[in-house]
Amino acid sequence: MKLYPRQRHRVLQVVTKLVIPFVLMFGLYVQFHGDYGPGGGFQAGVIFASAFILHGLIFGLQQTRRVLSPGVLRVMMSLGVLLYAGTGAVTMLMGGNLLDYDVLAHDPLHGQHWGIFAVELGVGITVTGVMISLFYGFASKR
Amino acid sequence: MTEQLPALQILITMMAAPLCVLVRNARVSWAIALLANAFACWVAWQLLQQVQTTGVIRYALGGWAAPSGIEYYIDTMNAAVLLLVSGISTLSLLYAYKSVSKAVPMAKHYLFYSAWLLCVTGLMGIVITGDAFNVFVFLEVSSLATYMLISFGDDRRALTASFRYLVLGSVGASFILIGIGFLYAATGSLNMVDLAERIPDSESQRAVLVAFSFITIGVLIKAAVFPLHAWLPNAYTFAPIAVTAFLAGTATKVSLYVLLRFFFSIFGEAYSFGQLFLNTVLLPAAIAGFVLMSLVAIFQTDLRRMLAYSSVAQIGYIVAGFALASQAGLTAGIVHIVNHAMVKTALFMAVGCIIYRVGHAHRPSLDSLFKHMPFTCVAFIISGLGLIGVPLTVGFVSKFTLIGAAMERGWWILAGLVLISSLMAVVYVGRVVEVMLFRQSRQSGPESSGLSEAPVTMLIPMYVLVAMGLYFGINGSQTLSVAGEAARQLLGGF
Repeated sequence: MKLYPRQRHRVLQVVTKLVIPFVLMFGLYVQFHGDYGPGGGFQAGVIFASAFILHGLIFGLQQTRRVLSPGVLRVMMSLGVLLYAGTGAVTMLMGGNLLDYDVLAHDPLHGQHWGIFAVELGVGITVTGVMISLFYGFASKR
Repeated sequence: MTEQLPALQILITMMAAPLCVLVRNARVSWAIALLANAFACWVAWQLLQQVQTTGVIRYALGGWAAPSGIEYYIDTMNAAVLLLVSGISTLSLLYAYKSVSKAVPMAKHYLFYSAWLLCVTGLMGIVITGDAFNVFVFLEVSSLATYMLISFGDDRRALTASFRYLVLGSVGASFILIGIGFLYAATGSLNMVDLAERIPDSESQRAVLVAFSFITIGVLIKAAVFPLHAWLPNAYTFAPIAVTAFLAGTATKVSLYVLLRFFFSIFGEAYSFGQLFLNTVLLPAAIAGFVLMSLVAIFQTDLRRMLAYSSVAQIGYIVAGFALASQAGLTAGIVHIVNHAMVKTALFMAVGCIIYRVGHAHRPSLDSLFKHMPFTCVAFIISGLGLIGVPLTVGFVSKFTLIGAAMERGWWILAGLVLISSLMAVVYVGRVVEVMLFRQSRQSGPESSGLSEAPVTMLIPMYVLVAMGLYFGINGSQTLSVAGEAARQLLGGF
């Protein structure tokens, strides 16, 4: 049986598979708990992307590309920005200034909550896409 | 609706950029970019009207009032520069469709237009914002997009040119950031209006002085003022020509706007010129710039490089106007920002037409081009006359005001040197015209036969600029009154 070079790192592969779900979970926690505790879109995006980068380091770039193709990443990067700017457009359509979240819900407190939620989600999606794209860019030989 | 215009100015082009990436189609992304830019241009026109009738517009982002929140602050100066940036960008985009299709592979067009939109967004953001840190953020947005746009050039040297600009531009941007940091340390505020109020009373004047020095150097690098212009010639030469036309009219002009905003509005004329004698730095740099760079331009054989050096020289005139620090001098500087943008963009567009048909812009081998491309050559000649400053062109209006401002201060040498460097412009423009019009082709090579005029979509934006140049050259009072109003507001502080 031909031994692929990657298959020598059995321990690393098994541990990685165990760790990745927790990394993703922690990323989501930092994302959505950001308005109550430390965290937010930037940090969450980086943590979320680090799971994929770890996968790429251990299983090889080809495998990771099958999970997340560069095309999907491009869509993620632009969707995040659109979500952020779109929130601004919605606040303007609802009668406030750009990114004035007060108008988004029945009272300002909830409005601010929803606004931050949407904006940070946009940041998170974009940062995830950008981080993984950077990794692809530097790791691929082309 | 009208009170939301300041936000729309930035938002539409910014949202169009990711849209271009999503559609991934060359034509559709070009159409999106053009529409978004035309809209931004319309908004800028509305804002200029509004500012002139009702005065300064202040727009609180997110409903948080300044000084704690970020605000957009628009007076005559901003509105004029906004209109300039969005207008030049729209025309260059119209021009880019044909021109870029030859230089950039079709599959990358959507990225190209997306970067263009981000660049415009950044440039307009720098101009519209009333928050010092926001200036830095938008500066980075536009700079990163610019590095990308330059690297799209089909010559491999575009990559080194782009990298060189990246290194120098990052130094400039970080100097500006350090300066803003020191200002924040000294005053505890980032809002420009608030900064202007707090700087004189600040206890740590040394921090203010450090901030002033860092910001000065940083902005002078970004504006390519003479000794710090090293990034400009290569970047303009090797970028796709539509990008060069766009950048020549906007990027350095916006940096000059930042210069004005910091020196006159935030630090105040009394501090920067009265107390720190900024003119002893700016004026020698400006004079050396326009004399030496005009001289260097004479000896360039590549038209793009020649025009790039001439750009550095023209920036020298503008900075000389600022260094006079008088109503007339500032008016001359501001009006030359607008006039030079029109002239230089038209000239680069003409060179782009030549490159599109001939394949290069090497002056000595453009013999009797006039026979084959008369419209392009006429546009080049008229704009070239504008660059020299012949009466009835925009160049005359700005040079006349500049010389008048210099004489008002009694600086006869400056006035004389402006005239001398204008004569140098006669030489470098004249050498091109001589080759185009009068030199007989030495051999009837295959490349000289079968040449035809450039496509109409490239000619139209070029001739719009040429016509505007002639109009504002003959009727200079319109631009002069706007520039005079802007100068009065700048000298008066916030």
